[in-house]
Amino acid sequence: MDQSRVVGIDLGTTNSLVAYMEGDRPVIIPGEDGANLVPSLVAIDPDGKVIVGNAARKHLIETPDRAVYSVKRLMGRGIDDVQNELKLFPFHLADDLLPGEVLRIKLGEHTYSPPEISAFILRQLKRNAERYFGAPVTKAVITVPAYFNDAQRQATKDAGRIAGLDVLRLVNEPTAASLAYGLDKKTNATIAVYDFGGGTFDISILKLHEGIFEVIATNGDTHLGGDDIDNLMIAVALDDIQGEFGFDLRRSSEAVQAIRKAVIDAKIALSTQPHAVLDFDLPDGKRYQRTIPRELFEQFIEPIIKRTIGPCNQALADAGLKPSEIDEVVLVGGSTRTPRVRQLVRDLFQREPHYGLNPDEVVALGAAVQANILSGASDATKDMLLLDVTPLSLGIENLGGVVAKIIHRNSTIPASATEYFTTGVEGQANVAIHVLQGEREMAKDCRSLARFELRGIPPMPAGQPRIAVKFLIDANGILHVSAREQRSGKQAEIEVQPSYGLTDEQVETMILESFDYAEQDFAERQVVEARNEAETIRAALEKGRNSAAWEKLTSDERTKIAKLEAALNAVKPGTDYQAIRGAIDALNQGTMRLAELMMDDAVSSALKGRTFDQASRKLGEGPEAPHPFAKAEIK
Amino acid sequence: MPRKSKSDSLSESALQVLNGNGEHASCWSCGDMVAAHFCNACGKVQPAVPADYFSFFGLPRKLNIDLSALEREMYQLSRRLHPDLYTQASEQEQTWSLEQTSQLNDAYRTLRDPIARTRYLLILEGFKSEEQSIRATETARTSGQPKQSPVPAELLEEVFEINMQLEELHMNKKTAEDDYALTAEVQQAQHKFEQKLRAMQGELRTLWSAWDTLIDRSASGDTATTDERRVLCLKMLGLLNRHRYVQHLVREISDALES
Repeated sequence: MDQSRVVGIDLGTTNSLVAYMEGDRPVIIPGEDGANLVPSLVAIDPDGKVIVGNAARKHLIETPDRAVYSVKRLMGRGIDDVQNELKLFPFHLADDLLPGEVLRIKLGEHTYSPPEISAFILRQLKRNAERYFGAPVTKAVITVPAYFNDAQRQATKDAGRIAGLDVLRLVNEPTAASLAYGLDKKTNATIAVYDFGGGTFDISILKLHEGIFEVIATNGDTHLGGDDIDNLMIAVALDDIQGEFGFDLRRSSEAVQAIRKAVIDAKIALSTQPHAVLDFDLPDGKRYQRTIPRELFEQFIEPIIKRTIGPCNQALADAGLKPSEIDEVVLVGGSTRTPRVRQLVRDLFQREPHYGLNPDEVVALGAAVQANILSGASDATKDMLLLDVTPLSLGIENLGGVVAKIIHRNSTIPASATEYFTTGVEGQANVAIHVLQGEREMAKDCRSLARFELRGIPPMPAGQPRIAVKFLIDANGILHVSAREQRSGKQAEIEVQPSYGLTDEQVETMILESFDYAEQDFAERQVVEARNEAETIRAALEKGRNSAAWEKLTSDERTKIAKLEAALNAVKPGTDYQAIRGAIDALNQGTMRLAELMMDDAVSSALKGRTFDQASRKLGEGPEAPHPFAKAEIK
Repeated sequence: MPRKSKSDSLSESALQVLNGNGEHASCWSCGDMVAAHFCNACGKVQPAVPADYFSFFGLPRKLNIDLSALEREMYQLSRRLHPDLYTQASEQEQTWSLEQTSQLNDAYRTLRDPIARTRYLLILEGFKSEEQSIRATETARTSGQPKQSPVPAELLEEVFEINMQLEELHMNKKTAEDDYALTAEVQQAQHKFEQKLRAMQGELRTLWSAWDTLIDRSASGDTATTDERRVLCLKMLGLLNRHRYVQHLVREISDALES
């Protein structure tokens, strides 16, 4: 294939996945452990090694100050935004953070920004895909909550870059889910996607028509998810323990993490059982056990779940539709497994929601479909096209703090608007513009996106310059600004100060730093590959021992082979690449005559000089796997 | 390279877009003389040309528009121009695709909504409403006041009355008093203003038809329509301003009743 593959990635709050289009179906690429889901957990072990996914779980419990979860909730946000969140999470911000600086979190001895932490997860997914394909993977489509603002989207793109991925497109999660859903439907319909995940909630209303997926309206809450349910139940448990046993476990990160695990287990059990037991060991050796009936759990979480109703009604209003005009409701995200949530959706939309698709995987599958639309690798998507919208209105701040909206929410993207500015003072060379996102009238109630300074305006009397500023929201939902002074025709330079983001220089530095991790990866990969080769030789030698050629060897030769094999077995489990490599080469050398003899038996004398495992493969019984993790290709 | 889709045969209507000098542009890739948003011959996307929204869709400047035809054309053009189809193309083509598609979406959004469509046409004809003038924008920017529209003369009395009522409602909220009679009156006023809005929309459609007739006459050689067009534009401008004012009022009443 002349084009490198484009994969689809769901970078989730709780779990992340990577997928690609195999023929006419999207398929999840599993990790080395065979699991489809990679928990969005990152830990740094005492040696400074980065651990991602399931393997990081025990670090989270044992050394919570060296681990982080749900980093998605911190992407594109500032110190003030996250104060409340951080009270509930065990991790700490860097001590030396200045106001207005990008967040950094302490992980062991170092600090990392949220995009860097997300990049560790992305790098793991990239590795999984490369292992699967046996080839490099450099291009990806990454999903984001539909309601993510500009800063959150930019942070996600930055994370991709740091991980060595060319992010071809950011796709909104509900839209991606609709792609997976609509792939084999080929119907024209109006659908609502209710996406309730670990950290974010999105509701999108789409029109499907002849393969075009057109978003009509979208709404949501980027701080509403399963994590909030967990945190509530943790608080309930902590209070209960304090009341019953008298001690306050809030201070102990280890205890809180243990409680968190118990609470999540119970929550999941309650989706299919009428009771669950909260069960864990207390510090002084006692055992805490509390049975929770489903009704009680539902009472607790009702206020959280109810928060999804407002956005749903707003989206319907913006779409100009009544619930009865929706043909299908699709459920996405682990939190939609909760029976009370399904009931709420049923009541809101007055129909049975569709949950035939795995709510944990559907977004990644949809991302793979979009990746295919972009790359055209398989014909399955050749008539499909996604038309998405910007979720938040874009505005400019005027004097007095009033916001003038220039691009309204739910405008199909790419979209643009041109505004005209002039100067207030003779010879003024710069004009400052403050751009915000949000629906409120006042700037202080909206989300600051960035401050732009237009520079190099030719000197003119006040009020004379006519500067046309073009605001363009691209297909990723990210803003670009360009300006031209119309009387002189001069393109104005624009200096951007993002309110909550990394500058280009910072990202470049992080990309360079990430090469160090890549080296660590590379060394690891070499060892893994060498071990795989050793395993292949072992299998071949097994065949050799059972062949007629074995009898033709002298007993000295056979002893020598046995010694070399033992030597390889000794170093194989270790991490010394050179040693393994050396032992492989020695064994190959030592079995060369055996290989030749086996070849002679197979008649072809032209194969003399090949290594042993090559020879045994030629004798082979059946299809040859190109590498250990791919399915054998039947030619 | 953009991939051909099965809907190709339906969109041979690629309209001719004029470049700055008023000449037909030719395709940068294959030199074909009839270039448009994309070349009919080789399919390559063309540089975006500053065009008004009506020309972008190959439509005359008439105010009655077949919305389902417009939607179909938008879908067809999206299938040819959308950035998703150009991620493997040259950077230049990617830029053109982005510009073309944002123009497409801006045009569609504007033409689809009756009020936005009318307002846009008036701008093209040189009639800006008071709010839209650069002067008004600058005044708003430097004075801190939102852009104002004057109260329509025939509504002065009713507007005065409803403002009083809203003020009273607001006071009642502060003292937690419930005046059912007042609320009922305000609700009645809301219905009345909503009715006015609908009536104005009907009026607008009448003016549209008058406008379209004038355009037809111009197209068939009648050169004496300038004065009539001017008069009609001023009528539509006035109507839009009154409509905007009442719309704002209805929203204010609705907010007051809700809280």
